[in-house]
Amino acid sequence: MVQLEQKEEKLQVLLSGDIDHHTAREMREVIDKRIEEIHPKRLILDFKGVTFMDSSGIGLVMGRYKQMQYYNGEVQVVNTSSHIKRVMILAGLDKLAVFE
Amino acid sequence: MEIINEVNISFLSKSSNESYARVAVASFFTQLDPTVDEITDIKTAVSEAVTNCIVHAYRNTVGKIYITARILDGQYVYIKIRDKGCGISDIKRAMEPMYTTAQEEERAGLGFAVMQTFMDKVRVTSQPYKGTTVTMFKKIRSRNQNA
Repeated sequence: MVQLEQKEEKLQVLLSGDIDHHTAREMREVIDKRIEEIHPKRLILDFKGVTFMDSSGIGLVMGRYKQMQYYNGEVQVVNTSSHIKRVMILAGLDKLAVFE
Repeated sequence: MEIINEVNISFLSKSSNESYARVAVASFFTQLDPTVDEITDIKTAVSEAVTNCIVHAYRNTVGKIYITARILDGQYVYIKIRDKGCGISDIKRAMEPMYTTAQEEERAGLGFAVMQTFMDKVRVTSQPYKGTTVTMFKKIRSRNQNA
């Protein structure tokens, strides 16, 4: 599930539930639609409510990173569990997005 | 190694079954009293293998996915995930990190790398047009050694 909150030039995305190949598709559609509408300077992907993530989550972050690059924006990834962090570091995502 | 327990499940290669597959397999192995991290590792590896069957083996079609989960003597997890899909012509290349043939679906090409990271051993056999079998092993260092 995805909940979007807009604060000035930031778009905060609260992700929740499991992120897999099945759920990632809908998540990326919802996020991309809003990015195209408002062209935020910063996209904050908040993983606090995420209960499970496989490599589909990597595609989700990488794809949004490319999308944000197109609008000269940046991506911030917050509230990742140790497991999610492990999957992301495996993909080198820590080099693309700002981790907190 | 002696088989202590075994389950077999099969289901259609629909993405809505990804969650069912990893939860079913993980719940079978709870009898080994694994840690939360070990269960998450198993769920992640199963999710990757099943997604490969759906995205690659049965691309543009629907087929059956077969999983055999076994507890082997010595607290070993054995998981075999098999499909009768298109097969992989070059396994070595398919297992290279970041290699993918499904960019349009935003696949990162890390499925096998994730399986290898979270399981102790991953074996892949495949025959073009016949299917692919992924077999994974993991030693559970559980809290209850008498399980």
